[in-house]
Amino acid sequence: MEQTISVSVNGRPYERSVEPRLLLSDFLRHDIGLSGTHVGCEHGVCGACTVLVDSAAVRSCLMFAVQANGREVTTVEGLDGGQEDLHPIQHGFWEKHGLQCGFCTPGILMTLVPFLEENPDPSEAEIREILSGNICRCTGYQKIVEAVQLSAILLQEKPG
Amino acid sequence: MKPAAFDYHAPRTVEEALALLWNYGEDGKILAGGQSLVPTMNFRLTQPTALIDLNGIEGLFFLREDDDELRCGAMTRQREVERSALVKRIVPLLHETMPHIAHAQIRNRGTIGGSLAHADPTAELPALAIALDASMYVRSFTEARWISARDYYVGLFTTSMQPDEMLLEVAFPGLPAGSGWAFEEVARQKGNYAMCGAAAVVDLAEGGSVGNVTLVFLGVGEAPVEAEQAASLLVGEKPTAAAIRAASDAAAKLDIDPVGDIHAGPAFRRHLAGVLAERVLTKACERAAGHERQ
Repeated sequence: MEQTISVSVNGRPYERSVEPRLLLSDFLRHDIGLSGTHVGCEHGVCGACTVLVDSAAVRSCLMFAVQANGREVTTVEGLDGGQEDLHPIQHGFWEKHGLQCGFCTPGILMTLVPFLEENPDPSEAEIREILSGNICRCTGYQKIVEAVQLSAILLQEKPG
Repeated sequence: MKPAAFDYHAPRTVEEALALLWNYGEDGKILAGGQSLVPTMNFRLTQPTALIDLNGIEGLFFLREDDDELRCGAMTRQREVERSALVKRIVPLLHETMPHIAHAQIRNRGTIGGSLAHADPTAELPALAIALDASMYVRSFTEARWISARDYYVGLFTTSMQPDEMLLEVAFPGLPAGSGWAFEEVARQKGNYAMCGAAAVVDLAEGGSVGNVTLVFLGVGEAPVEAEQAASLLVGEKPTAAAIRAASDAAAKLDIDPVGDIHAGPAFRRHLAGVLAERVLTKACERAAGHERQ
């Protein structure tokens, strides 16, 4: 039986009627049309579908949309670059070429938002530890690590 | 790759959840963090008639100190335990082990009670519960009881809870001053299920010989395996490298009977158990000795 849920996504309220079995990842992609959240393995291993729920990075394929009722969800579309086009973390990835095909990138970016807030000056070991929850099959991670290091610097330089 | 349809219930109180569970029996599944249940539902390996979602029951989210014990509500997120100064102070072994559980994104949703009740033989928390002599508080609609961790785990993904019973709280006795502890595991990749892991808690007696030792393995049986023969070899001995080596060898040879899978055969798991036992016993004994000097 469908249930009506109210979810804030990237600061915008959405009210939808959904089946309880609808995954949050599919809700974001299909019901409200935000296809930036990618679905890779759909069992919590690859990290491509990572979004923020009430500011914590979680796998959106391991939550039902009904569980997001009353919550605040942030997806890659919600990354705010302010007056710049890109968020500082996106800028770091662009500058350092921290991606190839880009499929894993949205999940990695959303993992990094709370991580870099809590760890503004992370060590390489800490960066590799947090990246362990996101699988990239193109890069070998070296450029991603460099992108995170630059992102940390850019975030600290960010005015405001 | 999509779950089969189910009835969804989001009770606000424990009583409401227990009534639902009593009503559905084995056809109802408790949804805690969902980090193990939802993958199996996505694969349709699990197709419950109903999900009883505990995420709305505020009374199940807590961490507090009570009479030298850590009391942990079943829905407390693993990430919160990892970051808790209280946990670090009274049960440092639990604090130290948390980062080994999957990844930060999983620990943000995953719960203490969910992992304990799921009883995955390669999970860290069930082995820790035995190593730390934890007790589980479980309730049904009509009854409530405490179960010691040693009696709680009975087999592969199986606990001694009845289908209408629910885990509400876990009590971890605080590690007394003078005890030493350690946890280690080996996984193919950081955050993956471990092929083998070991937890040790050691108390030294007067004069520095081993008073009590608990050594528990994960990944080498259908449930956590307590290495009793190894422990009996070590008790009363000085914790020398040779004594720890002998106990570790006994643990790997006598205390476990691992089966293989595509990740590791029985011989490799046995080898890992011996190596990890030696490492955790050494570290735990060093820590216990360090405490004594303080």
